[in-house]
Amino acid sequence: MSLPLIIFYFFGILSAAAAIYIALTKNIIYVAFSLILCFIGLAGVFVFLGAEFIAVTQILVYVGGILVLLIFGVMLTNRLKGEKLVSQSRQKLLGFLVSGMLFYVLLQGILAANFSALEWMSAESGSQTGLKTLGMNLMTEYVLAFELIGLLLLIALIGAVYIAGNKRKEDKHAA
Amino acid sequence: MPLNFVLFLGALLFCAGLYTVITKKNTIMVLVGVELMLNAANVNLVAFSRFDAVGIQGQVFALFVITVAAAEAAIGLALVVKVYQHFQTANIDEINELKG
Repeated sequence: MSLPLIIFYFFGILSAAAAIYIALTKNIIYVAFSLILCFIGLAGVFVFLGAEFIAVTQILVYVGGILVLLIFGVMLTNRLKGEKLVSQSRQKLLGFLVSGMLFYVLLQGILAANFSALEWMSAESGSQTGLKTLGMNLMTEYVLAFELIGLLLLIALIGAVYIAGNKRKEDKHAA
Repeated sequence: MPLNFVLFLGALLFCAGLYTVITKKNTIMVLVGVELMLNAANVNLVAFSRFDAVGIQGQVFALFVITVAAAEAAIGLALVVKVYQHFQTANIDEINELKG
């Protein structure tokens, strides 16, 4: 086993362990921090899959943005009294059955599928990766989707500010 | 890089996210579960893009998924904060009426 492969497996197992810990723990702050661990592991996996830009975006958007939002959400929606923030669980057995059976089905599907039979698959590719190719593709072939997703993000952020914002009655003070 | 390992990782992330969504009572935890499931989709997209000799659609689509996840997190947390201000709780079992 070569060294890059060992590092690749390390990142993969790190994010898998963090995901399992998220599913099992009760403490909300632990969940937020193990989510950071999970996303950093995934970014490492993405680097080894030849998607460096996705990896950097993953760290910027998830670790830098979404997790800060989540921790703010935790602080705003719980009365902080110096005790542990705990989330109760319900229907543990049913949830375990449903997700465990889905995992089993997915495992069997992956093991049974013959991906190398797909005609566009090539074991030694990586020809089309790299930041330049991605940027060229985004600005030519996928430019409509790119602009639409920008618009969607703008609408979502304005909507979030409108929903969460304090709607004060300004005209009361104006008189 | 072995494709099967990455696909197993994606499946595991999806199932962990599903379990989190089903069993946790706190709304923030449910949002975390949804984020995990979106990331599982991303793992699969990037993995197949690695072995795609023709195009780069997988990575482009993964970027869009990340954007939609960011929008979803912003809206979801705004709603959670507003609901908390109204009901004084973030427990989804106690939020059971629509009347404002």
